[in-house]
Amino acid sequence: MANDFLADEGGSQNTVELSLYEVRRKIYPRSVSGVFAKWRLILVLATQILFYGLPWVQWNDRQAVLFDLVSRKFYIFGLVLWPQDIIYLTLLLILSALALFLFTAVAGRLFCGYACPQTVYTEIFMWIERKVEGDRFARIRLDGEDWPWSFHKWRIKITKHFLWILIALWTGFTFVGYFTPIKVLSAELIAFTLGPWQAFWLLFYSFATWGNAGFMREQVCKYMCPYARFQSVMVDKDTFVVTYDKTRGDPRGGRAKAANHKELGLGDCVDCSICVQVCPTGIDIRDGLQYMCIGCGACIDACDQVMDKVGYDKGLIRYTSERAMLEHMDNKKARHYIFRPRVLVYLGIMSVLLIAFASSVFLRNPLRVDVMRDRGALAREVEGTKIENVYRLQIMNSSENPMNVSIVATGLPGMQILSSQGKEINELIVNPSSNLLIPVKVRVAIEDVKAGTHPINFDIEATESGPNASKTLRVRDEKSSFIVPR
Amino acid sequence: MSDFFSSGWGIYIALVTGVGIIWCLYLLFSQRKTNVTYEADGSVADTGHVWDGDLRELNNPLPRWWMWMFVLSCVFAIVYLVLYPGMGTYEGSLGYTTRNAHEASVVQANQQLKPVYAKYMSMDVKQVAADPAAREMGQRLFLNHCAQCHGSDAGGSKGFPNLADTDWLYGGDTQDIKQTLIGGRAGVMPAFAHLESAQVSDVANYVRSLSGLAADQIKVGRGAEVYKANCAACHGAEGKGMAAMGAPNLTDKVWLYGGSEATIVETVLKGRNGMMPAHETILTPEKIHLLTAYVWGLSNVKDKNSK
Repeated sequence: MANDFLADEGGSQNTVELSLYEVRRKIYPRSVSGVFAKWRLILVLATQILFYGLPWVQWNDRQAVLFDLVSRKFYIFGLVLWPQDIIYLTLLLILSALALFLFTAVAGRLFCGYACPQTVYTEIFMWIERKVEGDRFARIRLDGEDWPWSFHKWRIKITKHFLWILIALWTGFTFVGYFTPIKVLSAELIAFTLGPWQAFWLLFYSFATWGNAGFMREQVCKYMCPYARFQSVMVDKDTFVVTYDKTRGDPRGGRAKAANHKELGLGDCVDCSICVQVCPTGIDIRDGLQYMCIGCGACIDACDQVMDKVGYDKGLIRYTSERAMLEHMDNKKARHYIFRPRVLVYLGIMSVLLIAFASSVFLRNPLRVDVMRDRGALAREVEGTKIENVYRLQIMNSSENPMNVSIVATGLPGMQILSSQGKEINELIVNPSSNLLIPVKVRVAIEDVKAGTHPINFDIEATESGPNASKTLRVRDEKSSFIVPR
Repeated sequence: MSDFFSSGWGIYIALVTGVGIIWCLYLLFSQRKTNVTYEADGSVADTGHVWDGDLRELNNPLPRWWMWMFVLSCVFAIVYLVLYPGMGTYEGSLGYTTRNAHEASVVQANQQLKPVYAKYMSMDVKQVAADPAAREMGQRLFLNHCAQCHGSDAGGSKGFPNLADTDWLYGGDTQDIKQTLIGGRAGVMPAFAHLESAQVSDVANYVRSLSGLAADQIKVGRGAEVYKANCAACHGAEGKGMAAMGAPNLTDKVWLYGGSEATIVETVLKGRNGMMPAHETILTPEKIHLLTAYVWGLSNVKDKNSK
C-alpha cells in the first residue's frame, strides 16, 4: 500500500510522481489503560447516559426535553421556547464557540478527545471490536486472512456488525426521540406504524452512526472536521497539549536494559513505537503537534507504562506546553502561563455572556404581545364626539398554564378599549402555549386631543393560573400610536 | 424562457452547465498526481511548490474515496439534468416545473382541509356562526381579505360600511351577506350637479333633520321639496332607504361618508361610488360560507371576550 503513495518513477533520478489521493490505511489502535483512558471511559459513560437517558425523563406529564418541530416549540424542563426565542440559540452557539476557543487555548482539543460524538462512538465501537475480534494484532491477523473467508472469520465479523448495528439503531431511535415523544415512538416502532420521516431519520442517523464510528473514524477528524484545521490559530506555545519531550527523548533508539543509554548517546525514547500503535488517528506524536492529533492522551498512558518498565521517569510524552518542554519547566511553573491575556479575554467575554444568558433565561417573560395598528383606516369618528383607532393585539402565552390577561391603554386622557362589538373587554383568558388574536378599538373624546399622531402604550398584565403556575405578575408594555385626523 | 430575448441564452446556459461538469472532471483527473523531487536523504518533503521563498506546500493526500465522491456528485448532476430542467430550454424527462409543484401542493392542502370544510358546509350559516372554531377561521379570513377596508374590528371607515353594527345597506340576512360576498356590490349615488347650490344646501339640511341633527328650519322646509323631486326615488319618501339597491337609510345615525352639512353637500353634488368587489373568483365557496357566518355573527352572536 505504501507503493500507492509513491506512484510511477518519474523522469530524472530523484524526481517521482506523487499521488495527491491515497488509499486509506486502516488503523488498528492497540488497547491502552491508564489515567487518560479512565477519564475517557468516564466521559463516554457520562455523555452517553445523558444522551440515551434524557428523552425518558418526564416533567409535569410531558417529556422533559422535547424539540417539537411541527408545533415549533422546544421544551427544556420548565422552559418552553418559541421561534421568537431564537436569540437564545444564537447566544448558546456564541457561548459554545467561546468555550471552544477557551478550552483550546488552555489545553488543546479537549473536546475532541473526550466529548465529541465522533470520538465517543468510535470508542464504543472499538471497544466492541476489541471484545469480539481481539486486540491490535489479532485484528490485523484476522483482516489479513485471504478470501474466501473461513467460517471463523464470518462468525466474528457478523457478530461484530450485529452488535454495532444494534447500538447504531438504538442511537438513531434515541435521536428521533428528541423530536417525537419517545414513548409514542417506541409504541409506534413496536407496532410498525412509524411515519415515513420518523423511519427515515431513525435509519439515517443509525446509518451515520454505524458508518462514522465503524468505518470513517479518524477520517472524519482528518478530512471533514473544520475544528482540526483552525486549531492552529488558537493554540500557542503556552497551550497544554499532548507533547513528546524531544529534548529528553531524542536521539531515539533501542538499547539493552542494563546499558547506560546516556553513555551510548541516546535519549529516553526506546523507539518501541507503542505510541504509534495506540493512536486512534494513526499518527506519530514524536513528529510534534499536528492537525490529526485529537488530544486523547492514549500515547501518554502507553508511554508511561513503557517508561515504568524500563525504569525511566514517566512523562516522556505528557500534557505540557511547548515552552515548558523546550525550557525544561516543571508543570507547576508551566501552569503560571495559563492565565495569559488571551485566556483572560476569552474567560471574561464568556463569563459576561454566560451571566447574560442565564439571567435572561431565568427572567424570561412568557407573556408576549404584538400590537399592530390597522393600516387601512387611520382613524374614524364615532358617535359624533369620539375618535376611534383600531389595533390588532396578538397576545402570546408561552407558559404551560392558562393566563388571565388584562389590557389598559395609556398615553391620552380618558382612553377606552373596546372589543369589535363595541363592548368593554373582560379579563381575557389565553390558553396554555397558544396565542390570542383580538382586534380592539381605542376611543378618545375629540375635545381631549389635538390633531396629529400621539404615542400611546398598551399595558398588558397577566397572571398564570393552575397547579404549577408561577405567582409572578407578567407585564408587557407595548408602544403604538393614536392618530387624530385634522 | 420569456424573460430572455433570444434562444441563445438557453444554449449558453446549457453550455456553461455541461462544459462545467466536464471541466470539473478533467481538472480532478489531470491534477491527481504531481512531480516532486526527493530530498538527499530519500524523504519526500513537499510538492516542490514554494512561495515567498519559504512557504512550502506539503502533501497531505486526500483519501481516494473523496475523489470518487466527487465523481459521484458529477454523475448525480448528469442524472439530475436528464430528469429535471437545467440544460437551457430542455424541460427534463419528468416534466417538473415549480408551477406544477405549487399547484400539486395546493391540491394536496385542499384535500387535507376538505373534511374540515365539509363539516361546516353541511351546517347552516347561523350554526356555523355559533361554532368557536369556525369563528376563529372566519376571523383569519376576515383579517386577510376584508380588514384592509372594513378594519380589523369590522368597524368600517369613511366609505366602507361598519359590519359590526345592526345597520345594513343591502340587508343583514345570511342570504344577503353571502350574496354581497359572492357578487360584490356597487353602491352608486349619482351626482346632482344640475341642482343650484341653494337647493343643495336646503336638501342637506332636510336630510340632517331626518335623523334629528341640527338643521336650519327654513332650509329644511324648502329642502323637503327638493328631496321629493330628486332623492325619494331611491331613498324613499320617508328617507328609510332601499335595501334592494343599497340606498342608505337617512333617518338613522349611521353615515357612510359623514353627516356634516358640507359632506352631504359634497355627496349630493359629486355623487358617490361605493364598490364592494365580488369574491366569487377569489375565495372558495367554503371560505365564503365561513366568512358569511363570521360577518353575520359580528352583530348577532355575543363575543365571549366582552362583558
